Amino acid sequence: MSGASSWSLAESDHDRIVVLLTAFLRASNARTALLVDRAGQMVATAGEPPEFDPTTFASLAAADFSANDQLARLIGETEFGSLFHQGETASMYLADIARRVILVVLFDTRTTLGLVKLRVRGTVEDLSQVFSEMFARDGGVAPRVEQSFLGDAEDEIDKLFGE
Amino acid sequence: MSMINYASREINCKLVYYGPGLGGKTTNLEHVYNKVAPGARGKMISLATETERTLFFDFLPVDLGTIGGFKTRFHLYTVPGQVYYNASRKLILKGVDGVVFVADSQIERMEANIEAMQNLYDNMAEHGYDLTRIPFIIQYNKRDLPNATPIADLQAALNPGWPVENPARQRPMPDPYHEGEFLIGRQVDGEWVERASYFEAVAVNGEGVFDTLKAVSKLVLKALG
Repeated sequence: MSGASSWSLAESDHDRIVVLLTAFLRASNARTALLVDRAGQMVATAGEPPEFDPTTFASLAAADFSANDQLARLIGETEFGSLFHQGETASMYLADIARRVILVVLFDTRTTLGLVKLRVRGTVEDLSQVFSEMFARDGGVAPRVEQSFLGDAEDEIDKLFGE
Repeated sequence: MSMINYASREINCKLVYYGPGLGGKTTNLEHVYNKVAPGARGKMISLATETERTLFFDFLPVDLGTIGGFKTRFHLYTVPGQVYYNASRKLILKGVDGVVFVADSQIERMEANIEAMQNLYDNMAEHGYDLTRIPFIIQYNKRDLPNATPIADLQAALNPGWPVENPARQRPMPDPYHEGEFLIGRQVDGEWVERASYFEAVAVNGEGVFDTLKAVSKLVLKALG
């Protein structure tokens, strides 16, 4: 037992993910696809660039998904694999990826929930495969930054929080 | 669970402020929000009740700037302190990189502090995290109040230390923030114990808020290296 494990996203991983998301958006006619990790950090986005603050969005999406996970357990389910939030024009569909990441699909009246759900299934499988490979490759070994980073970081902290 | 994103050259770390209800967790974040340059922080989100008690969490992203080619950002979270919000409290700890325990120094809040500390250990363990192995700082808040408990009593109750079993680490480590005190030390019974760093604070006027944040931030970044 120790602290939470760190993980890293390589440029090649990011490229693979964006290819999958872009293909999904084309097939479903959805607007934007975002990947958020369970701790509330944005991993990748594809499609129309979001007009909102992505950092805030990621933290709320992760909290939303986690809260619903607990609700699922209360009613005897192990999880809700997906969630749907309906708005008047914009809607959101969220799906779990390999228990580590959440796929968030933003769509509007140019498509339907049915089409999004139909097309998202294959994408969820493909992304789950990518992330399972990524986590298996890291093998639970936390990525490390260079020592010089630490010296710089201390200076930056003193500067920023110096009051 | 810090994430190093090589594609966007970003490092994000998650800090959680924990502690009993009305102890000053949200006040800590509000002070940071008010004092950090607007360009270096994002929007503060509070999921609170109508009476401004935290219902789910407060969230504040702070940019440290670009360090070693990586845009480095801290995500500051608070949890709801009230006992009955444990389910949401546990959720926020998911993926945490560093914890600040904000204790309420008032003597009549001692029991609430102890209960919250126990709850923190339990919730961390349920996630499979060990509080003695991740960056952890204790802040004794409300030091200005006349009914504040002496620091020695708070330390004895909330920060008694955990055993240091590795012989290589069994050597005195001075507390850099308190002269004459030790973070690792030998007790009268011969046992070596390690304690978390602590800070005194009056969060409502900002005293001690940045000292606490600076200390935990440095520990978190050190853990990355």
